[in-house]
Amino acid sequence: MREFADAVLNHLDRREVQYADVRVIDSRERNVATKNGKVGTSSSDESLGLGVRVLAQGCWGFASTDDLSKASLEAVAARALAIARASALAKKADIVLAPEQGVVATWVSPFRTDPFSKSLDDNLSLLLRADAEMRAVPGVTLAEGSLHFRRQQQLFVSTEGSVIDQTRVISGGGIEAYSFSDQEIQKRSYPNSFRGQYALKGYELIEEMRLVENARRIGEEAVALHRAPLCPQGTRTIILDGSQVGLQIHESIGHPIELDRVLGSEANYAGMSFLTIDQLRKLRYGSDIVNVVADARLEHGPGLGTFAYDDEGVAAQRADIIKGGLFTGYLTSRETAAAIGEGRSNGTMRADGWSRIPLIRMTNVSLLPGEWKLEDLIADTDDGIYMETNRSWSIDDRRYHFQFGCEMAWEIKRGKMTRMFKNPSYSGITTEFWNSCDAICNADHWRLWGTPNCGKGQPSQTMGTGHGASPARFRNVTVGIAYA
Amino acid sequence: MLSNTRCQDIFAELLKYSDADETELIVAGGASELTRFANNTIHQNVAEEGYTLSVRTVYGNRTARASTNKFDSQSLKRVIAEAASLTRQQQPDPELLPMPGPQQYRAVERYHEATEAVTPAERAQAVRRAIEIAEKSGQTAAGTFSTASGMQAILNSRGLAAYYRDTLAEFSVTTLAADSSGWAKKTAPDVREIDAEALAMRASRIAVQSRAPKECSPGKYVTILEPPAVLDLLGFMFWDFSGQAVRDQRSFLTGRMGTKLFGDNIHVTDDAYHPLQFGAPFDGEGVARKAVQLVEGGVPKGLTYARHTAKAMGAEPTGHGFPLPNEYGEAPLNIVVGGGTRGVENVPSIEGARSVEDAHSVEEMIASTERGVLVTRLWYIREVDPYKKILTGMTRDGTFYVEDGKVRHGIRNFRFNQSLIDLLNCVQMLGIPERSSGEESAPMVVPAMKVREFNFTEVTKF
Repeated sequence: MREFADAVLNHLDRREVQYADVRVIDSRERNVATKNGKVGTSSSDESLGLGVRVLAQGCWGFASTDDLSKASLEAVAARALAIARASALAKKADIVLAPEQGVVATWVSPFRTDPFSKSLDDNLSLLLRADAEMRAVPGVTLAEGSLHFRRQQQLFVSTEGSVIDQTRVISGGGIEAYSFSDQEIQKRSYPNSFRGQYALKGYELIEEMRLVENARRIGEEAVALHRAPLCPQGTRTIILDGSQVGLQIHESIGHPIELDRVLGSEANYAGMSFLTIDQLRKLRYGSDIVNVVADARLEHGPGLGTFAYDDEGVAAQRADIIKGGLFTGYLTSRETAAAIGEGRSNGTMRADGWSRIPLIRMTNVSLLPGEWKLEDLIADTDDGIYMETNRSWSIDDRRYHFQFGCEMAWEIKRGKMTRMFKNPSYSGITTEFWNSCDAICNADHWRLWGTPNCGKGQPSQTMGTGHGASPARFRNVTVGIAYA
Repeated sequence: MLSNTRCQDIFAELLKYSDADETELIVAGGASELTRFANNTIHQNVAEEGYTLSVRTVYGNRTARASTNKFDSQSLKRVIAEAASLTRQQQPDPELLPMPGPQQYRAVERYHEATEAVTPAERAQAVRRAIEIAEKSGQTAAGTFSTASGMQAILNSRGLAAYYRDTLAEFSVTTLAADSSGWAKKTAPDVREIDAEALAMRASRIAVQSRAPKECSPGKYVTILEPPAVLDLLGFMFWDFSGQAVRDQRSFLTGRMGTKLFGDNIHVTDDAYHPLQFGAPFDGEGVARKAVQLVEGGVPKGLTYARHTAKAMGAEPTGHGFPLPNEYGEAPLNIVVGGGTRGVENVPSIEGARSVEDAHSVEEMIASTERGVLVTRLWYIREVDPYKKILTGMTRDGTFYVEDGKVRHGIRNFRFNQSLIDLLNCVQMLGIPERSSGEESAPMVVPAMKVREFNFTEVTKF
């Protein structure tokens, strides 16, 4: 890989190029899915290519290729430089990068069992056993399961002397049971919706999830939802399970703190952010108990946002985002950190492969645990609704107004979970919602959830992000308007 | 771009290494370049080129797929071996059909040299002109200008050989004013159809008209939806027009085919040969696409079927299958929603296809509205209820209050929770179908719509 990167950098005229980096990526994937006792997807994929990012005439140019012949590497370097020159035709100011020291490092994410050491037959056998358990429940009309494994080796080489060889292994999977009855489709997912749980782990993640052992329960819940009353509408106290708190963090904290978005880079597509620069260290984002960090270090856990160095060669860091309810930090890159006078990027630039340019992406944006046991929190709630597992999510293009739907809810009366509700939803304004948080469960309930499908950028990129969360309680929340 | 001949050579070499009962090759890829601007300057400018080679093998009634982006002989041997290994570990599939044989394809021409020839400097010049238009109004422009050329080929050991190439150009612009914004976008195979300045002027005009937005109470309003808003809503409906989705009972059409579900004026076809459509005339197995009448006079009448779905459901394949193996079956990808009869755009390929008699411009829709809302585009649409087909989302970049036949002022953006079934039961006026592009759905051919009521449930802060 090193020879490819060097070949590209050697083709660049260093008198014209202020900075350049090359990422060579060699990846391997396996995707397996089952449905109603049959195999759906069963595929493997490998990909090798490189992308070169050039800063010349104060502007960026980027080009990528999977043709690693000498002529192609020469051409891709020339193309990136030509594109940077073209960018300068509509330039307002030269790009400035926050300083960074060159790094030479090798890092491999830890895992116990290489997922590619497991046979396809093993994968299918597991999913089909879970499938059979779900379909053993009368009323389950559709059962699905999936597993995903990815190993990616990336060599980052820059003109500042960095040579970083980084390998990440990711596993993921989950199951879903559907029930169609009485003009209604209900669904339950385990351990999370939209293909389950993902982490920077090996096959041990799949074993830990105990898919087969949980399959019958979620089948029964999917069927039971048909008999449950509709979640009532009104202003209510709600408790969200950890996975839903994770998505709430993702949409209403993780995206608005992306500094490129704040500065307007995403205005045409993903939108901007209500978190304008003047609000930094002034805005009461949440209540006093709300503490949020962006932490890409392994010490935070094996999340989809865990790595050793980002795609600009900046070391993984922990940044305070909300401290005691006060908004304290953005996710930054070398370019955006310099733009707001920060001394250093906090290392969040990532690309979804060799063909795409790095963007500011959430690392592990996590709500730190509080002090409550879940059973105590429920016992402390006189009249509320407990909601679990996301079903739909939507938020405006500045990240003020959101609406989420969940798969299932439970009524809480006088400190006890009483009856099941179907089709729960809630909505609100981001800062009002986080300021209404009055209880967060403790570290025993805290889990680092993986969101594998975060979209951003043009051309669109899909990135995995991590969100540590435990169940939390929110007061005076608008509930049920989606079905009003 | 990889040529047809090169793909055939690769397949011939692959076959030498394969001992499978049947072997299929899909090659896809191309080159694309994108210039991205914001804050009235280019901030991102990228180019990529790449191709994927994907092999499916069949042993008995087992099949699996392996892919690579390396095309040397060693990699071809390795990908065949990987596909064979996965297939042999695979569970048998009693519904697996033999691969299709040679097909006849109707020609579509969607490749334009002018698009492939656009240079980064030409894109930058067009962006600069768009920025200048925004700057003249004291606005900030953001957007993209992209050009791409691509190909796909499918070959199999039963003699099927399909090859397709096309180009795509797209310009999208958002203009930001102090308290408002506007947006415009166009996608076309031929870059000469893209008028960046006209799009920038439209976006700028919307931002000016929607300045100082007032807050309107949530509620049900007569609503005029510009084509991109219609596209991004209706795009959530068409995955349900899959035979497999109905078979799996996950489609809102389960138990509803042949019943009157929408208004009389709703006619929908899937038509890969429509002059404003995109994409290849064959599906993921290389089967020729057929035009399918999905909805006629408000009645869902047709579904799309991959070969195996068709066999299981006693129907004819329609050429809409995804590459095997997969768990989704098929979906329509070339939607044409009928509108008025004015203009060559509304010429579905299906013999006997009907559409409403009178098309109306958006201006006519506004003029006929006593009190209502005009929506430029929608954002972050998600499905709330899969059988009622309730969607939620936000308005964005130009939402207006209409009164006594005139646009009165911009309004703060609404959240909506709206059933598509209810929506298509209260369409009062339809425009001329046009090639439309949004952000939630792939481009389709859809008209503007005026609907009797649209359920805006909450309002945001801008």
